[in-house]
Amino acid sequence: MNFDLLVWRQPAATAPGKMVKYRAEAVSSDTSFLEMLDTVNEGLIARGDEPIAFDSDCREGICGSCGLVINGRAHGPDLGTATCQLHMRRFKDGEEITVEPWRARAFPVIKDLVVERAALDRIIAAGGYISVNTGSAPEANTVPVPRADAETAMDAAACIACGACVAACKNASAHLFVGAKVSHLMLLPQGRPERLQRALNMVRQADAEGFGSCSNEGECEAVCPKQISIRNIARMVREYTQATLAGVQ
Amino acid sequence: MTLGANIAPALDARVPDGPIEQKWDRQKLENKLVAPANRRRHTVIVVGTGLAGAAAAASLGEQGYNVLCFTFHDSPRRAHSIAAQGGINAAKNYKNDGDSVWRLFYDTVKGGDYRSREANVFRLAQLSVSIIDQCVAQGVPFAREYGGLLDTRSFGGAQLERTFYARGQTGQQLLLGAYQSLMRQVERGTVSLFPRREMLDLVVADGHARGILCRNLLSGEVERYAAGAVLLCTGGYGNVYYLSTNALNSNVTAAWRCHKRGALFANPCFTQIHPTCIPVSGVHQSKLTLMSESLRNDGRVWVPHQPGDKRPSNHIPEGERDYYLERRYPSFGNLVPRDVASRNAKIVCDEGKGVGETGLAVYLDFSDAMRRLGRDTIEDRYGNLFQMYERITGEDPYAAPMRIYPAIHYTMGGLWVDYHLMSSVPGLFVLGEANFSDHGANRLGASALMQGLADGYFVAPYTVAHYLASTKLAPVDTREAAFESTAADARAQLERLLSVRGKRTVRDIHRELGLLMWNLVGMSRNDAGLRKALARVPQLRAGFWADVSIPGSNDTMNKTLEYAGRVADYLEFAELLALDALHRAESCGGHFREESQTLDGEALRDDTLFSYAAAWKFQGVGNPPVLVKEPLEFEYVHPTQRSYV
Repeated sequence: MNFDLLVWRQPAATAPGKMVKYRAEAVSSDTSFLEMLDTVNEGLIARGDEPIAFDSDCREGICGSCGLVINGRAHGPDLGTATCQLHMRRFKDGEEITVEPWRARAFPVIKDLVVERAALDRIIAAGGYISVNTGSAPEANTVPVPRADAETAMDAAACIACGACVAACKNASAHLFVGAKVSHLMLLPQGRPERLQRALNMVRQADAEGFGSCSNEGECEAVCPKQISIRNIARMVREYTQATLAGVQ
Repeated sequence: MTLGANIAPALDARVPDGPIEQKWDRQKLENKLVAPANRRRHTVIVVGTGLAGAAAAASLGEQGYNVLCFTFHDSPRRAHSIAAQGGINAAKNYKNDGDSVWRLFYDTVKGGDYRSREANVFRLAQLSVSIIDQCVAQGVPFAREYGGLLDTRSFGGAQLERTFYARGQTGQQLLLGAYQSLMRQVERGTVSLFPRREMLDLVVADGHARGILCRNLLSGEVERYAAGAVLLCTGGYGNVYYLSTNALNSNVTAAWRCHKRGALFANPCFTQIHPTCIPVSGVHQSKLTLMSESLRNDGRVWVPHQPGDKRPSNHIPEGERDYYLERRYPSFGNLVPRDVASRNAKIVCDEGKGVGETGLAVYLDFSDAMRRLGRDTIEDRYGNLFQMYERITGEDPYAAPMRIYPAIHYTMGGLWVDYHLMSSVPGLFVLGEANFSDHGANRLGASALMQGLADGYFVAPYTVAHYLASTKLAPVDTREAAFESTAADARAQLERLLSVRGKRTVRDIHRELGLLMWNLVGMSRNDAGLRKALARVPQLRAGFWADVSIPGSNDTMNKTLEYAGRVADYLEFAELLALDALHRAESCGGHFREESQTLDGEALRDDTLFSYAAAWKFQGVGNPPVLVKEPLEFEYVHPTQRSYV
C-alpha cells in the first residue's frame, strides 16, 4: 500500500509549525500506524534528516503515551483503539492522511507531534488518590465491596490518561479524565471519606490548568480508547455540586 | 573474550542468621532507624517509576525523606509495569485450598529451578500478604465475588487459586495505585518529580553511590543530582533482543552504566520466553504482543505432520496434524511450563513444520473447545484476547486457529543485590526486575508484580533507612570532582554519538543485534553458537560506532539520540549475556543448553558445578569480566529434577 501523509512539523515549542508532505511506500497492510511512521522516519534518518517526533512506548494501547489526531480524529478512525493499535489495513491504498498533535491550551506542543501533558499529573496530585500510607492498611477482606460497584469502579479506572478526550473536545475539557478518577475512587468504600474534597480539588486544578468546561456533546466518549462513559462526568458533577453545597473549602 | 580466567572470592549476601521464617523480623529488629525529625535531611534518589520505583518513592516520601524521583516518560504512570495482564500472587489462602507462606515460598524456589536465594524468596512470600492489603486500601479495583470479597484464580499452571487480578489489567491498576500515592507525596512536597529525564550515569564518591547524572530529554542538558542513596528501579533488558513484549523504550542503560561503575551484574543469561505471543509479520514490526497464557487452558497446539505443508489449516485433515505437546507430554499436554512449550515450538518450526507466511508460528486451535463448550463460553473466557488478536492480525480466531510463537518477555538476571537489596556499590540499591534476586532461573506467572511491590513498599524503606542511619557520609556537592569527571564522560559519549554521522539507522543496527541474539542466545543455546555470538557482537559494536546516523543536535528533544545511547549499551551488554550463557554449561529454567539435556530432551541441571549466582565484575569494554560467585544453599527446599513427561 502507498500513502500520502500530511504531518505537523514544529521544531520547538516556541517555533512556528506547518504541515509537511511525506510519502509512505510499499507499506504492508499488517503494519501498525506507528510502525508506518517508524518506516517513514527510517528513510528520513538514512538521509540525515530529522525524523518526525512522536511519543510511544508500550504499543499495546495501555501506557497512554501515544496519541495523534489522524484525519481530524483523535486516535484515528477505529472505536476503542489507541493510535498504536491502529493498523494500515484500516485505510485505503493511495489515501492522503493528515497527522496532527493533540491541540489544547493545557497541552503545549513540545516538538512535532509531542505535547506536554503534565497538567493531568497535577490534577491527580490535587486529589486523585486515597490517603493511605504504606503499612497502615487493614486486612484486605475487612470491607466487602459489592461486586457491581467494584466493576463500575474498574470501568472508570481503565483510563490511560492519553488526553484524547481533551483533544476531541471543542472546549478542550478534561471532564472525562477527571470524572473517571473521581468515579473510580468514590465508588469504593475506601475512597468515600475524601470524596467531596477530592472532587472539589480536582475540578479546581483542571480549571487552573486551562482546561475548558463541558457542553455535553460526548466527543470525548466517542474517541476514548478505553470507551469510558460520560456517565462518569455526571457523577463528578454531582460530587462537585454536593461539595459546594456542603460548603467544603 | 575468554572466560573463567579470573575468579574472585565468593560474595556475602548479608543474610541474617536464624530460622528462615524469623530472618526478616530479625533483620528489622537489627536495623538502625532514622528519627522522624531527621529524615528530611536525607536525600534519596529513585530512578524509574514502575511498581518498584513508584512504591519506594511514595513510601519513603510518606516517612519524611527528601525523595528525588526520575522517569524518562512524560508521566510516572506510563512505566511498563502498566502492561502486565495476568495478576499478582499472594499467600492469603482465601480459597481455603491449602495455600500458605511456606507453599508460595516452596513453589517460587522450585519454579526458579533452584537458582534463587532462599531467604529472599521466603521474605517475598511473607510480604505478599501485606501487598494485597495495601493495594485494596489504595482503591485498586480487584475482581470480587458476589458477596463483595476478593476473588482469586489459578494462574500459570499453579495448583492453587492464589492470584488476585483486575480483569486483564492488573499491572495497570497496581501501578496506578502506587502512582497515585506517589503524586500525593509530590503534592505534599516530600517527593520532587523529574519527568523526561534519562539517567546517564551513577556518581560514586569515596566508594559510595552519591548521585546520578541525567539527560534532560527536552533541553539536552546533562543535569546532576546528589543524594545519600540511589535506588535503581529501571526494569529489565529484554529489548537486547530487539523484538520482545517489552515497551519500546525499556532499556538496560541505567543498570549497565552502574555496572560500569562497579556494580556486579548477575545471571544475565536467565531470560524468560513466553510461548503465546502473536508472531512476527515482517521487518516493519516494532514489538511483539503477548497473549495471556490462560489461552492454553482451552486451545490445542498443533502443526502439520508434513514439513512445508502450506495448505490452509482447515484443509489439513485431523490425521495429518501433529498435536506435539499432547504427544510428547501426555500428562500435562498443552499446559506444560512456559520454557517447555516455547522450546517445542522452536523445534517443530526448525523441522520446517511452522505455519503462516514466515513459517515461524504454530497453531493454537479452539475448535474442539468451541464444539465442547459452545462459542459463548469461549467468548466469555477469552473475548478480549480474541479481539486483540483480530485487531493486530486482521484474522478471525473464531473461524481459523490462532498463530502463535514465543517471544522474550522478562529477564530474571539483573544487578546483583544482597539481602538488603543493596548492590556491590554501597548506597546503590536495586529493586524490581532490575535486580536478580528472587526468581532464580525462571519466573512464575503473577510473581513479577509481587516482587516489584514487595521491594518498593516493604523492603527498601527499611533497608535504605538502615543504610542511611548506619553509614557516615560526608556532605556532597554536585560541583565536586566525582560529579565533574562523570559529567565529562557523559557529555563525551553524547558528542561521540553525534559526531559519527554515518549511514545506518539505529533501528537497523538494533534489529541486527536482536536477530543475532535471538538465533544464537535465545530459546536454545550451544557452545558453538555462543562463541559465534561473542565473535559477532564486537563487530556489530564497531559497525555502530563507525556508521550510525543520528540527525539533529543535543540541545533539543532528540529521540534518535536517546535511542542510540540505549543501543550503544545493548551492544556492550549483549556480550556479557552471551558470555554468561557460555560459562553456564548446564540447562536450568529459562537457560537451555543443548549439551545439557536428559534423554527425553528436557533441561538437565548440574547442581554440582553450577549451584551459584554468577555475578560479573566489569573490566572495561571488550575485556573479560571477573566472575564472582555467590554459592546457593538449599536448606529448606531440596533440589529435584523437573519432569513433565
